[in-house]
Amino acid sequence: MVRTNVNLCGIKLDNPVIPASGTFGFGYEFAELYDINMLGTFSFKGTTREERFGNPTPRIAECPGGMLNSVGLQNPGVDRVIEEELPKLSKVFRKPVMANVSGFSLEDYVYTCERLNNADQIGWLEVNISCPNVHGGGMAFGTSASSAAEVTRAVKAVTKKPVIVKLSPNVTDIVSIAKACEDAGADGLSLINTVLGMRIDIRKRKPVLANTTGGYSGPGIFPIALGMVYRVAKAVSIPVIGMGGISKAEDVIEMMLAGATAVEVGAANLTDPFACKKIIEDLPRAMDEYGIEDLSGITKGAING
Amino acid sequence: MKQSFFTVRENTCIAKNVYRITLTGDTSGITAPGQFVNIKLQGLYLRRPISVCDLCGDELTLVYKVVGEGTALMCRLVPGEKLDLLTGLGNGYNLDKAGDCPLLIGGGAGVPPLYLAAKKLVALGKKVSVVIGFNTADEVFYEDEFKALGCDVTVTTADGSLGVKGFVTDALPSGFTYFYTCGPEPMLKAVYRSTSVSGQFSFEERMGCGFGACMGCTCRTVTGSKRICREGPVLEKEEILW
Repeated sequence: MVRTNVNLCGIKLDNPVIPASGTFGFGYEFAELYDINMLGTFSFKGTTREERFGNPTPRIAECPGGMLNSVGLQNPGVDRVIEEELPKLSKVFRKPVMANVSGFSLEDYVYTCERLNNADQIGWLEVNISCPNVHGGGMAFGTSASSAAEVTRAVKAVTKKPVIVKLSPNVTDIVSIAKACEDAGADGLSLINTVLGMRIDIRKRKPVLANTTGGYSGPGIFPIALGMVYRVAKAVSIPVIGMGGISKAEDVIEMMLAGATAVEVGAANLTDPFACKKIIEDLPRAMDEYGIEDLSGITKGAING
Repeated sequence: MKQSFFTVRENTCIAKNVYRITLTGDTSGITAPGQFVNIKLQGLYLRRPISVCDLCGDELTLVYKVVGEGTALMCRLVPGEKLDLLTGLGNGYNLDKAGDCPLLIGGGAGVPPLYLAAKKLVALGKKVSVVIGFNTADEVFYEDEFKALGCDVTVTTADGSLGVKGFVTDALPSGFTYFYTCGPEPMLKAVYRSTSVSGQFSFEERMGCGFGACMGCTCRTVTGSKRICREGPVLEKEEILW
């Protein structure tokens, strides 16, 4: 698998494919289906300081080219993640895992990252400042360059692990936020989180989602994601993880040409539990077809200058 | 859970807006009545969860009501078409608790999963009673199928056009040892209030994945958060929080 190796913030991945947070739980559901050690790594379910039930249901809606979700960061809380989920995960996953962290205050982010910093299994911290489904936190930190930088700096101060900041597309200028995170010490960036959207049940004349709005994911957002990854990768020198609607090997190549060092695959895992396995197994074929010898060499390949 | 392709054998209308589709394929992932399959349909992004109605060798029967985009696409499927299914999803009914005289209570589109439960309970030698409720006579289905299994069947219709006039809770027999139910939530609540013995309830919720990954269908229970698709869709009476 040498041809598909990439380096993500100093840690080697066998391939650039990473199931995205919130679509892969803590890995067990998928470990029952295939050996998840074939993944580059995966980003586990967004973890907060306290346990969260999440939003009321319905939390899911169909839409053209994908789906909406308003799960709202349901998770068992960082203590149980460390005490229960990580030991269980170690039985099925031998590689460094990516911890996805969310919060409602600067102190929350710092506390949760500090707790996770001591877990040897964790390779990277993916700091989510872009969840569209929670109020008074999440995306609020990711919509201004100064607060994004503030979270980045605070988290960097309490962890030795590489910090990857997950950015929202629901902003006026993602490039300035990306640069602010880089300047504040981020080791990498991941983008895009879901796109804010909504559906209305025209028979009931009411929103389909109990939370009114949700995050749009799936192939429909791929061009949006690609455009943002391209613009961000052009402006920063730290690695970028590209995500948003990736569903096949060609999408991985396209996203890397736009500037991604690795990619995350989200919604595709929900419609096809074997999606990431199929993409990884198909990568060598797609690389041959497009004359790619070494996958890591194509990052930023489409960026001029 | 298993992912495999099934072939459509038959897809026919059996009552107003209600269709029965039979499919052949690898059914080995299905381990209990009350489980569901998640169907990939051309033109839709998310799969559609439908409960298992009957199982016989490699033949799988689903009975579904056309209520939205997904089921509208399903009712146009023709024999020979191939469908990508995830099978064996959810916990299903636990038949060990049935006692000697279990009662099955179904409402409308909630009736189908009770058929396989009835079949299994009859095979276990239980004396099975069935109460199934519908709005009107033209919506009634599976009365004869339950009778053919040897069940004691009562049909209710809200408008009285067939069987007992009223709701299922107006026609509950006495002397049952345990119950299994599936139907619209108002019916489930009424069954909950009208029964003194214990039982199991099958719930419905909008799902993303159907196999426990997305947390899209979580509900609160006495014993904590549960995913309808994974720890459900069947919950025991004692753990339900309305």
